[in-house]
Amino acid sequence: MILREAKVLKSHGIQYIPDISTVELTPLFRGRPEISSEITTEEGRYVSGLCPTGAISATPFSIDLGKCVFCKECEFAISNKIRFTNDYKIAANKREALIIEAGSVNPMVLDANEMRKVIRDYFGHALKLRQVSAAGDNACEMELNASGNVNFDLGRYGIEFFASPRHCDGVVITGPVSENMAEPLQICYDAIPEPKLVILVGTDAISGGIFIGSKALNRSFLSKYPVDLYVPGNPVHPLTFINGILSLIGKNNK
Amino acid sequence: MMEIYNTDCIKIADISVLPYKQFYMQVDNLLFYKHNHCVNYFAVPQGDGFLSICCIANDSNHKIYIVAHNEVDNLEALTAKHYAMHVFEREMHENYGITFDDHPWLKPVRYPANRYNRDECIENYPFYSIDSDDLHEVGVGPIHAGIIEPGHFRFICNGEKVLHLEIMLGYQHRGIESLMLAKKHQLQRAVLAESISGDTAIGHSLTYTSIMESLSGKSLPDRIQLERIIALELERIAIHIGDTSALCLDIAYQLGQVACEALRTIVINTTQAWCGNRFGKGFIRLAGTHYPLTADMAELILKNINDVERRYREVTDLMFNLPSVLSRFEGIGEVTVKQAELVGLTGMAARMAGVNRDIRASHPFLYYRNLKFEPVVLDTGDVMARALLRRDEVFQSIQIVRDLLEKHRVLQNESIPKPDYQLSLQANSLCISLIEGWRGEICHVALTDETGEVYHYKIKDPSLHNWMGLALAVRNQEISDFPICNKSFNLSYCGHDL
Repeated sequence: MILREAKVLKSHGIQYIPDISTVELTPLFRGRPEISSEITTEEGRYVSGLCPTGAISATPFSIDLGKCVFCKECEFAISNKIRFTNDYKIAANKREALIIEAGSVNPMVLDANEMRKVIRDYFGHALKLRQVSAAGDNACEMELNASGNVNFDLGRYGIEFFASPRHCDGVVITGPVSENMAEPLQICYDAIPEPKLVILVGTDAISGGIFIGSKALNRSFLSKYPVDLYVPGNPVHPLTFINGILSLIGKNNK
Repeated sequence: MMEIYNTDCIKIADISVLPYKQFYMQVDNLLFYKHNHCVNYFAVPQGDGFLSICCIANDSNHKIYIVAHNEVDNLEALTAKHYAMHVFEREMHENYGITFDDHPWLKPVRYPANRYNRDECIENYPFYSIDSDDLHEVGVGPIHAGIIEPGHFRFICNGEKVLHLEIMLGYQHRGIESLMLAKKHQLQRAVLAESISGDTAIGHSLTYTSIMESLSGKSLPDRIQLERIIALELERIAIHIGDTSALCLDIAYQLGQVACEALRTIVINTTQAWCGNRFGKGFIRLAGTHYPLTADMAELILKNINDVERRYREVTDLMFNLPSVLSRFEGIGEVTVKQAELVGLTGMAARMAGVNRDIRASHPFLYYRNLKFEPVVLDTGDVMARALLRRDEVFQSIQIVRDLLEKHRVLQNESIPKPDYQLSLQANSLCISLIEGWRGEICHVALTDETGEVYHYKIKDPSLHNWMGLALAVRNQEISDFPICNKSFNLSYCGHDL
């Protein structure tokens, strides 16, 4: 038996990623888009008509990562003007910062001026989060679980997901928030002591994504409270989530 | 009675609409045979009334029988004789107010936004209860301890033993079936299909694309059919290995958990290398693909699955020989073959309990039409069977992918079309598509009007049937074994709630 265990351990090797801020993802990964400033109005109109979630505005041209489902159809249509890079650091603490304009090639960083002071004062060293899936499709949920696995190891930064909202510092919401989940989400939020964070994970949570317009949603909760972090993705990659949270609480990535 | 095959298109007018009594007799006769099971039964609004279509699959001759009726009041419930029909009749009642006379309990399915009776809401769900001083109830959810989807479980316990478990769902309802009609662009529908259940993005996408391609009369080159099966099997391998990890986690066997976690990462990262997304979202598109499998990618897949196979064998050889693992798996959460047949379990949940039911063999689709496929069937019906079935299916799927990559070598110079979202669909037609996803049988049905526009889209995830399997598995078990039982089924909440 010990021999078998040794074999498994040997094959398993060392899995954790030492520095999660410098990982290079596979070239095809769909992250932060770059848009040529030479994109024409006709091209803009064409791809905005193609976009399944209305994430593209034609004039002036921009892609809203809060609505984008990262299907990359706009890039396939005009690949000389739009390119989804494999840059996974796409979280933002302002909703407007998710809107990528033509010509912008800068990495996305959080705006420290817009951040509530209590966040770094209270949560800079340890952060316990309560996750609520409010009609999420289980892809973002699985990626949040993966954030704590042997590869990404979120726990090393003192950040953990917890069961009881009373022991938590904030709520991480996935999914477009269904009518049937509206009340449980509210009850959970109310049970978390002040001060508390609200973090939206995934395009569905940020804007409703492909479910915009469905009668089965009730997103009124989201207009009641300030959102501290938007993490776009379909689903969100663990690296996007972890880097976003670390920037929010001002922790060194190492 | 009409006989068709998987992904066939038929004219709606050719479906003979029977008086209910005759319909009932015909369905009753068909379901008398164990090789027949109902894959979908749903009502479609038509004029002032409804057309109710029942699709029954014959597992031994590849056929699907279509039977229909259009009556709505005081119908004699099929459930009374064929229990597996319970959820279809409940759904018809909930959506449209169709009444059944002797249905044991027309309890709500998911509280959809467009339900017939708006007075019923999820806050006042009619729980089953037993009036006894000796029993107590335990309620769990909708929000659970870990990061999982919401659903409420209500246990009626006798001491530590579970007498009855009631599973109440609906929290995840997003109105997908209505959105499939409201969003007219096929790209929007493709994005919706991959969101039905995000862990089965490839399975549901393939079911949807198969329908639309069939309705447009498009036949795809072998190469793309084969590549789609590789993607589907990679999804199965990844989830089964992830579930092995999750089962180890629930019994606090850390080595098995972390080793399998790392292996799942390899598989989903392979999918990401191929299409840019770990879950295969944005991958399966209508009538073509943006991501043809290149020789380099084929080589990467082969290298990775060979590595995963060797390492997964090492882990499973270890874990399935550990007394501490076996004592937590064996004899826990048993479902008998009789129960499985009675409630109409599908996919993995059927095969672990001795029911040989696998769409890849019974109603082959895409490149499976060219393959000989023999399902893995186990018979103990316990957590152990569900764990072993995953192990065996991982090795089986790895072998299938390897064989397909070999076949792919000769096809890889074949040209492959780009996606086409402007397909025109046959008018006044019905198409049914069945795909064996990793959980089991996924069934979509689409109906088109006289302009070729889709006017009804019905989705069925295997979880719709299999939740009842979980409820039966925990009867007379310790309540502390519920988590491991639940994990061993790993059913979809959003796939059920739509």
